[in-house]
Amino acid sequence: MLYISIVFLPGLAALTAGVFSRILGHGFVMFITSLSVSISSILSFYVFLKLIFSHKIINENITILEWINSGDLSFSWSIMVDTLTIVMFVVVTSVSALVHWYSFGYMKKDPHKARFFTYLSLFTFAMLMLVSSDNFVQLFFGWEGVGLCSYLLIGFWFKKPSANAAAIKAFIVNRVGDFGFALGIMAIFLFFNSVTYENVFNQAVNFEGKKFLFLSMNLDILTVITMLLFIGAMGKSAQFLLHTWLPDAMEGPTPVSALIHAATMVTAGVFMVVRCSPLFEYAPFTLNFITLTGAITAFFAASVAIVQNDIKRVIAYSTCSQLGYMFIAVGLSAYSAAIFHLFTHAFFKALLFLASGSVIHAVSDEQDMRKMGGLYTLLPITYLMVWIGSLALAGIPIFSGFFSKDLIIEIAYAGSSSISNFAFWMALFAAFLTAFYSWRLIFMTFHGKTRIEKSVMSHVHEAPFSMSIPMILLAMGAIFSGILCVGVMTGHHNSEFWGNSLFVLAGRDLIEAAHDLHFSLKILPVIISILGILLAWYFYIYKINIPKIIANANQPLYLFLLNKWYFDEMYNYLIVNPSRWLGYFLWKKGDETVIDGIGPDGFSAMINGISKKIALLQSGLLYHYAFVMLAGVVLFVSWFLLV
Amino acid sequence: MQYNDVPNFLPALPEIFMSVICMVLLIFGVFKGNKSTYLISWLVILSLFLTSLFCILGPKDEIIFSNIFIVDDFSIFSKVLIIIGAIAALAMSLSYIRNEGMEKFEYPILIMLSTLGMMMMVSANDLISLYVGLELQSLALYVLAAFKRDTLKSSEAGLKYFVLGALSSGMLLYGASLIYGFSGTTNFETIQAMFDSNNEPSLGIIVGIVFIISAMAFKVSAVPFHMWTPDVYEGSTTSVTAFLSMAPKVAAMALFIRLVYVPFYGLVPEWQQVVILISAASMVIGSLAAIRQTNIKRLMAYSSIGHMGFALLGLSAGTQQGVESVLIYMFIYLFMNIGVFVVILSMRVNGVMVENINDLSGLGKNNPFLAIIFGILMFSLAGIPPLAGFFGKFYVFLAAVDSGLYILCVIGVISSVIGAFYYLRIVKIMYFDDPVDIFEKPNSASMISLLSISGIFTIFFIVAPTPLISWAHHAASSIIQ
Repeated sequence: MLYISIVFLPGLAALTAGVFSRILGHGFVMFITSLSVSISSILSFYVFLKLIFSHKIINENITILEWINSGDLSFSWSIMVDTLTIVMFVVVTSVSALVHWYSFGYMKKDPHKARFFTYLSLFTFAMLMLVSSDNFVQLFFGWEGVGLCSYLLIGFWFKKPSANAAAIKAFIVNRVGDFGFALGIMAIFLFFNSVTYENVFNQAVNFEGKKFLFLSMNLDILTVITMLLFIGAMGKSAQFLLHTWLPDAMEGPTPVSALIHAATMVTAGVFMVVRCSPLFEYAPFTLNFITLTGAITAFFAASVAIVQNDIKRVIAYSTCSQLGYMFIAVGLSAYSAAIFHLFTHAFFKALLFLASGSVIHAVSDEQDMRKMGGLYTLLPITYLMVWIGSLALAGIPIFSGFFSKDLIIEIAYAGSSSISNFAFWMALFAAFLTAFYSWRLIFMTFHGKTRIEKSVMSHVHEAPFSMSIPMILLAMGAIFSGILCVGVMTGHHNSEFWGNSLFVLAGRDLIEAAHDLHFSLKILPVIISILGILLAWYFYIYKINIPKIIANANQPLYLFLLNKWYFDEMYNYLIVNPSRWLGYFLWKKGDETVIDGIGPDGFSAMINGISKKIALLQSGLLYHYAFVMLAGVVLFVSWFLLV
Repeated sequence: MQYNDVPNFLPALPEIFMSVICMVLLIFGVFKGNKSTYLISWLVILSLFLTSLFCILGPKDEIIFSNIFIVDDFSIFSKVLIIIGAIAALAMSLSYIRNEGMEKFEYPILIMLSTLGMMMMVSANDLISLYVGLELQSLALYVLAAFKRDTLKSSEAGLKYFVLGALSSGMLLYGASLIYGFSGTTNFETIQAMFDSNNEPSLGIIVGIVFIISAMAFKVSAVPFHMWTPDVYEGSTTSVTAFLSMAPKVAAMALFIRLVYVPFYGLVPEWQQVVILISAASMVIGSLAAIRQTNIKRLMAYSSIGHMGFALLGLSAGTQQGVESVLIYMFIYLFMNIGVFVVILSMRVNGVMVENINDLSGLGKNNPFLAIIFGILMFSLAGIPPLAGFFGKFYVFLAAVDSGLYILCVIGVISSVIGAFYYLRIVKIMYFDDPVDIFEKPNSASMISLLSISGIFTIFFIVAPTPLISWAHHAASSIIQ
């Protein structure tokens, strides 16, 4: 009952709010959705604390109802609760609840508040469905559900063309990933004859190294399945090559960015791979590929973030980069570390987003950092929040990121393969860039001479309580979630906590090795980060003309980074424009000219023409009629005479 | 045959009864004048009803009057259908003729006389009796077409119909005399017997058949003998048009069937070629020409040309199944037409009849009952399942496909698609165009009940099609030995 309430309270709230919003009014809808999610969040915390302190592994599977039962395809709609699910419950519901309350202030003047809150709750429900599934189809349902809500919320301000474009972009790029994901699920059913986790994971070991013939290629079954699943994860978690939608998704309202595009939905890919660890463990090729992708993403996104001027885009690329870290850990079989980072990241990244939302709110919806500056006296609480978030992100000791992010870097070092070595260097360099762009953001936004226009400046105001209190609560999470949970989640006895929700093959576990590393290596990421902070200070406080000089001196590199490695341009050139051309061609030439022209249009024009001529035959003159009759008779008779 | 024998009159009782009643009512009318029109009309309806009872209950499978008059299941089926058409046409025109100042006592009597002619047509078993029956119905119809003789249009219609009808009668007679000349007999069964033994028919016979078929095609208004139809339909007063489009079509089609299936049954391959051409041309021209019509009566003229094409499609199958399908088709077509003409007769704005299709616009709002039935009838005429019209088309196509007439069927399906356009356009006009004029509500109970019967038949035919199908089966099997 407890678990059912956690999952279904947001769903019921969304349903009520969606159906009856006109009757109930904005205020009630906002209140009921926020309250439901908050209750759900409190219950999740209760379960989480119980799990930690009782030292008993929770492993329950509640069947709601039978969903499909057709031949071999048989599964139920159910709620499976284990440690991994509970951790996700906490992340999803707590961030969601805080974002709901935050939105009270942030969306105050929006005329479509009720719709906004409905979507938020619906999203929460879909995300909870996703994490509590016990089979791949329900997972896919949640997966698509969050995708849909993401689409709806990115395009929430539907009057903005850029928001609509961003929503469609997010949807379409995710389609690419989902295509792989769906194929993966079908492949699982094809080989395992089942889609429930239990059956599939139990059989996984039997398929190790087995091959099948496809297009005269001998492919490893598990590698193919896991690669397909990972393509889905790449789309959802905005990994390198399928990342382009995430920065654009910032067109949505900032609370949405905090909830969906930082804390929860984008981490669904990480969650899914971790959930399927029993499959991935037997597919070493895929794991290597994941590590490689994660490393490239971590570095790539951080490199782009250092030159972006839009405050939300900086944080978006930062999210992308941090997701790369998580995948590095996943690829190295350090699932607990990945989830731990997911857990801490949810708090500090949501905090950063909400704080940036507070800034944007204060300066009349301006997002360009070049038009900010000097705000720290005016927005002291927000300023403090950004500091806490950035300290956590940069991995400064005591703050949560220090425990999770540095652990991943250490794990990468502890790994013995060349891929993990590569990942280590990439992660380390990305850590330096992370610190740099975070403080660049702080300095450009809050320090120096203000570049805000006078008319806007007069309106600048600190966030109302409804916005600041959620931020403060998140800040607590950003500070303490690491230090409190590090022992439980990734300590020496972490397997007691995770139970059998994670699966690591014997001999692949790197966490112990990471714990045993030399102190100098443990402190290395911190030093690197502090160097990044100092450099940012040097560039943006001490000698503010240096960035310009460097940018001018390295114009091509600067433009390369500013244009996000030209990915959008490349995709436009390689994919979007050709498809658009093809679509246009098929529409104009193929459909309108050929099919319509010869088919419906041509046919109807022809009929019309013939009809006109036939109508002319009907002259009204008697002798014409008689002539036609006689002609008919003559025709028939001569037909018989001649044939 | 001995001439001093008293012939058996009983099988001809319905016809004898009708002719006596006609004379009596005529005399009655002469004395009572036009005021008695209403009474005479109801008496005609009553006696038509009684006649149909005589038909059903009377003896069958009899050939009398020196083998020129036959009563079998086929003729009974056709006669009942003809009487239904006549009763419906008369009942729906009662209030119309009063409003239009056409209240003359000859009107119902002419309809009855014409009906009598039709009944003799379908019972004909000899070229001579065929011609007598045909002329009786035609002459009455010529007069009816010109009934409102003080209007130009009506007299023009009557004249055209008469002249062209005379031409077709001439062709019929010419064909009949060729047949007689080459076979030495006018009796259907004797002619049939001549072609049983695979004799190669002489050219004279074939030319005779062509002429007779052409005359029949004129009566059912099939292309290229259809030219009179639109002008006569439009020019005649609407109540006459309603009658023209129902009973005479059934009678002519029944006669057509009997002619090609009894005397010329041994020559199926020969006449089939002609009927196929006529059928294809009728379907195509019927649907194409209707598209551009603005007058609802002209539209219905082309619609009937197209529908006759579909009926001939079944006829051209040359099998018993084909005959069955034509009978079913005619039955369904007649019932649909009843409803359509009730609606057309209700198109009255401020006391004036209107005939343009655009006058129907907004009917969906102004008179939902009329509009919904009319809409259903249009869908049915277009042949959209699950309405009755679909089954009519379905059976004729089935018969044609079973006989291997694939190309003809493809032509039929394509014309049906084209034809759907103008039926659906009417639905669109009724429901989606802005209302213009509001029709006066049809207040006569007979019209409303006829409309309801037509609508109910069309909608619910799918529920119980079996009685009609088995009846048609009996009728068809009675003429094919």
